[in-house]
Amino acid sequence: MLELVVILVRRCAYAALTLLAVSMLIFAGTEVLPGDVAQAVLGQTATPETVAALRKELGLDRPAAVRYMEWIGGALQGNFGKSLANAMPVATLVGERLDKTLILAAAAGLISVPLSLGLGVVAALYRETFIDRMISAVTLTFVSFPEFLIGYALVIVFAVELGWLPALSNLRPDAGVWQWVRALTLPALTLSLVMLAHTMRLTRTAIVNVLSADYIQMSEIKGLTPARIIVRHALPNVIGPLLNIVMLTLAYLVVGVVVVEVVFNYSGMGKLMVDAVTNRDMPLVQACSLLFSTVYVVCNLLADFLAIVANPRLLHPK
Amino acid sequence: MIRRPRLSHVAAGFLACLLAAAALAPWIAPFPETAITGDPWMPWGSRHWLGTDSLGRDLLSRLLFGARNTIFIALLAASLSFVVGVVLAFAAATYRGWVDQTLSRMVDILMSIPTLIFALVVLSALGSSVPVLLGTIVLLDSTRFFRLARSLAVDIMALDYIETARLRGEGFWWFFHREILPNVSAPLIAEFGLRFSFAALFLSSLSFLGLGVQPPSADLGSMVKENVNAISLGLVAPLVPAVLLAMMTVAVNVLVDWHLRRSAAQGLDRT
Repeated sequence: MLELVVILVRRCAYAALTLLAVSMLIFAGTEVLPGDVAQAVLGQTATPETVAALRKELGLDRPAAVRYMEWIGGALQGNFGKSLANAMPVATLVGERLDKTLILAAAAGLISVPLSLGLGVVAALYRETFIDRMISAVTLTFVSFPEFLIGYALVIVFAVELGWLPALSNLRPDAGVWQWVRALTLPALTLSLVMLAHTMRLTRTAIVNVLSADYIQMSEIKGLTPARIIVRHALPNVIGPLLNIVMLTLAYLVVGVVVVEVVFNYSGMGKLMVDAVTNRDMPLVQACSLLFSTVYVVCNLLADFLAIVANPRLLHPK
Repeated sequence: MIRRPRLSHVAAGFLACLLAAAALAPWIAPFPETAITGDPWMPWGSRHWLGTDSLGRDLLSRLLFGARNTIFIALLAASLSFVVGVVLAFAAATYRGWVDQTLSRMVDILMSIPTLIFALVVLSALGSSVPVLLGTIVLLDSTRFFRLARSLAVDIMALDYIETARLRGEGFWWFFHREILPNVSAPLIAEFGLRFSFAALFLSSLSFLGLGVQPPSADLGSMVKENVNAISLGLVAPLVPAVLLAMMTVAVNVLVDWHLRRSAAQGLDRT
């Protein structure tokens, strides 16, 4: 137990260091590069005086290290500065969108996690048979498709031709639960299909690995029923890898929303960030990228940690 | 004797045709890339084989030029990141110590940022142009090459014949192309194929978001964005470039799969 705590603390410290480095990289990327923010906001035609005035107003005349400390200090307290495009606090803009993105990612997770685990298990049980090859072929085809193709293909079928679901998912604040479900179905399905091949393959590999172990063969020879072998003998040993796979899927999902949100005009973080990049609204870009990276790093951290909890052998790496 | 499945023939043939069509686009396209030659949304016909787009440009010509732009940038990006990633990885595996530590930690950090988010940050700062897109994709992709090539090379460097070469006093380039590269080329070639299709998909996604190849140049992703309104009219024309992109990626994946199987079979034959 003590070892586990030590590992947890060490992993968390490592993740924190990673995030620190990532934040520096993001800051350096958006601030120190040529043609600073003031120039970008005012455009090429601005006089040097107005640029200088804006630089002073934005505090760009001070050293980058000082501004980084201020930015990261503010970010830790939830203050990301003001948007350059409309002078609203970035935290407010992000706050309105973050929960929408998380809802979409959760909906996609609800579809894709059971589906990919289920397909992975089926493919592993019937490995090297026709069923396995079909599942592999179909999921691998989907992974080769750009997200916007899957999204629009679903729109053409379910929204334009059949008229079952809305093509755009821009919800009004007073939308009811049923409208939410209808609006979220197509984007969540798109995300799931994109994700499916990865997670399905990982699941299949994890289960095939366990099923080919000696003790599983032994239990077959003993004459145990397949159900008992799977539930009592195989499952405890694949829980770790599976939890790991689920967390990695969630990490993919949160980032995968960007294109899907644009396809369905769903006003979440992804669309917010794309608009911010188009407008070169640097404080907003910084905040969005930091949040996305944080979610990604935390999901990966949890994946790592769950793998260790489920498989104590990893506590003692050789 | 290796059984060569038919599917890989089809994939190779399709890719060859696509590459040829893309390379020859300026000569075989019926109309110039950005010329308006008809009314918007003309249906398929004898003059415009695939119809026209939202501005009345010939969709087939746009498609050829778009494929050309996408494939050219993706191929260049994959090649450059292959060279950068593999050279650095072999250097890390040969010298170990601080060289390895520094490079590996840098790659760790780059890989802990989601790729699309990283690209968006860079594009917001530098604006979108072909060199910036290329540089971004190379930076992102070379980390993947580095990870793979490093782990392969570290295994190789632990073998006896490396020790012999070290005792002979061979230099880095000898290790690079005589000792390591021949033994890890199969997985690296497979990775090249995957990275190429990743680069094409990634670039198209950025173009689809309006942040990649800038209009009026065509690109498989930006063509979807430009013509997306037609979808609500029930036209599938905007999806043609996306389908082409998907077919290309599937074909590359089929070839990669075939290549891996073949090299695995050869490995078994040898031992």
